[in-house]
Amino acid sequence: MEFKQVTLDNGLQVCAEVNPQAFSQSLGYFVKTGARDETPEMAGVSHFLEHMVFKGTNGRSAEDVNRELDELGSQSNAYTSEDQTVFYLSVIPEFQEHATELLTDLMRPALRDADFETERQVILEEIAMYDDSPPYGAMERCMEEFFGSHPLSTRVLGTPHTVSQLDTDLMRGYHHQRYAPDNLCFAAAGNVDFNALVMQIDKLTKSWKPGSFARQKSKPIFKSSELELRHPPAIQQYTFQMTPGIDRFDPNRHAWRLMATVLGDDSGSRMFWALTDPGLAESAGMFAQEYDECGIVGLYLTCAPDETQNNWDLMRDVVENVRAEPITEKELEIAKNKICSGSILASERPGNRLFTVGNGISLRGKYESLEQSLENYRRVDVDVVNAALVEYLQRPSVRVTVGPELNVLTA
Amino acid sequence: MAETARVHQLSNGLTLVAESMPWLRSAAFTILLPAGTSREPEGLQGLCGMTVELAQRGAGDRDSRGIIEALDHMGVERSCAASTFHTSFSVAMVAEALPETLSIYADIVRRPHLPEDELEESRQTAMQELMSLEDDPSQKVFTELKKLRYGSIHGRSPYGAMEGIEKVSHADIKKFLKAHYIPNEAILAVAGNFDWDKLCREVDRLFGDWKPGKPLAKEPVEVKTIKQHIEHESSQTHIALAYSCVPYPHPDYYESRGLISVLSDGMSSRLFTEVREKRGLVYAVSASSQTIGDKGSVLTYAGTTGGRAQETLDVTLETIKSLNNGISEGELARLKARVKSSLVMEQESSSSRSSQVASDWFYLKRVVPRQEVIDKIASLSCESLLKHHREYPPSGWSLVSMGPESVELPDGI
Repeated sequence: MEFKQVTLDNGLQVCAEVNPQAFSQSLGYFVKTGARDETPEMAGVSHFLEHMVFKGTNGRSAEDVNRELDELGSQSNAYTSEDQTVFYLSVIPEFQEHATELLTDLMRPALRDADFETERQVILEEIAMYDDSPPYGAMERCMEEFFGSHPLSTRVLGTPHTVSQLDTDLMRGYHHQRYAPDNLCFAAAGNVDFNALVMQIDKLTKSWKPGSFARQKSKPIFKSSELELRHPPAIQQYTFQMTPGIDRFDPNRHAWRLMATVLGDDSGSRMFWALTDPGLAESAGMFAQEYDECGIVGLYLTCAPDETQNNWDLMRDVVENVRAEPITEKELEIAKNKICSGSILASERPGNRLFTVGNGISLRGKYESLEQSLENYRRVDVDVVNAALVEYLQRPSVRVTVGPELNVLTA
Repeated sequence: MAETARVHQLSNGLTLVAESMPWLRSAAFTILLPAGTSREPEGLQGLCGMTVELAQRGAGDRDSRGIIEALDHMGVERSCAASTFHTSFSVAMVAEALPETLSIYADIVRRPHLPEDELEESRQTAMQELMSLEDDPSQKVFTELKKLRYGSIHGRSPYGAMEGIEKVSHADIKKFLKAHYIPNEAILAVAGNFDWDKLCREVDRLFGDWKPGKPLAKEPVEVKTIKQHIEHESSQTHIALAYSCVPYPHPDYYESRGLISVLSDGMSSRLFTEVREKRGLVYAVSASSQTIGDKGSVLTYAGTTGGRAQETLDVTLETIKSLNNGISEGELARLKARVKSSLVMEQESSSSRSSQVASDWFYLKRVVPRQEVIDKIASLSCESLLKHHREYPPSGWSLVSMGPESVELPDGI
């Protein structure tokens, strides 16, 4: 396993974790633009452009793109998050050249008028699909409340209103600015010929000019609030709480993740024993998520509406009880083993390593091998985790609950 | 690509079938017990799920907490599920943890405590899961489709039914477990990094003295063609459609699977192209195959808003019908490329391999070697696919829609 990295003259970063033993390879463009880089009127534009990328280039129709992706036997997909837009595929190594050429060409889509209109319908269906599925947009609503006027509050899919209104020319301009080579990272993992990769991408992108886009960063202002929403056809009640965590550059992030695992993993955690194991809740847990300037520690609870208040009180007890009963060495050891074993199992597929490599370089500017990452978890001291918890308890939080009726959660 | 599965048959009926993948750091196993929902007594739907839930609340020398702590300490990833014919456990771990993990699962299937004072917890858990399923129309529509299509025995939901879950007693669970957690017909499939001789010794030690149970009766699977609309306050109308195809053990299965692949695999597939790319009717549209007993079905899904449900169904049906006009050379080439790469990538996952090995053994009583799949796929031609389609034209339709708009199957279907 060897990591290699090059920055081309136009600013495009190319990196790979090369594993000659692997059966396959995974390749992807990590575009450093996401929902957090959008203005409120343009909400959903990054995601819209993710869809448009597959609709063809000057040399390829949409059918050509789809057909070629399938001719490569590839498993391909794309996603948009708050931070980035990612296009990726897994292929057998003999297709490296063709797959790289195709992915690179896709970064310069034709953006035809008629395709914008068809894709607008598809995205409106996508929004409707999520609206019908639990937790019925409660997570997005909680992000909006939590981040307030900070751009991290922007919905990745946008809203039916913004998606209907997005102007095609503005979207073209947006693409031109955000898909400049110095805002792109090409990552690869698995059985990759790195030298060939670099030479090929350099040649293909020779004429691409660097841009001037730089992410605006600012600290969000956090305050506490509570919100109840009604979704009449729902049977269960879905509740989220978000509390400020730590950012992705913070050296303590492994400790915060371990804290979330000890308290709120879906098996064997304190919340599991208090709520899930006794059958009080369908799920009850805690997660940690990091961004550039801040992070989230989230709580989630799914249960019957009339059990929600009791269960919520129990969850709060679990968290507050750590003052009296701090996290033990044994609990921490189990949490470390869970995370490390999960990483080892996942690492067997280049398709999983691609995200570790690409996200590391694109979001944190740093590569971490599997062994380094395991070490980062293994060396966390129990006192640091307990200190994180004490800090967590002092922070404000936002709570959103959705279910068939209102006035379910008062305290 | 030359790996072949090895088989060790225990005299009590349990089959150990294992495929070595020495390049991996992991190992995975799948246990199939003949304890599926089709064996639940009538009126006790949910018994299967409650039994497996309670079985994990203490077994052998460990209580409920002891089991979870031991598995978590080794970082074992696991899940369990009820299906029509089986209760299954799917477990993945770093290779060193295989023997210890196997011994814990031997306790769970052979020596569960079934604590009576935790029965209510198991019942509550089952109810919670069922209610969450009810909240997701894209899943619920398939639960309803299965119920209608396969009837009261083989159409049961793995999540059970509220009336059944309410009624299940501790005695029901003990009885169900005694009759169905048995080595006859049980399969233990292992894939990944292990030593075959050691594994056999370990399995003999853990399962060798497991007493067989009574032979289990088998009911024939029957398929009904029914349509139903469920009025639901959702944005989209969710459409689940099924028609008959040949089952997994059929000699022409690869032709049938190839046709489904032309319909639904990849972004150049016909359904994706016609329903989504050309018309923008949906975000999600798909087709897959399912085998229950000796009956195969193709299941399709589409979800759409605002009065476009009938059009979506019509285009879906037209697209299925278009198979009758033939398969292009390009479609055939893409189908072959996709199978080739998925067979290569399967070598990177012990857990997907162990579940395939278990399923092969259940349906075929052998594991299909990769080379055989490659040969079969290589032998497919546009003519053989079309011939198969004409020999087994889509028939036996079932349809369930859920949402604001009711849809109709056109005449002649």
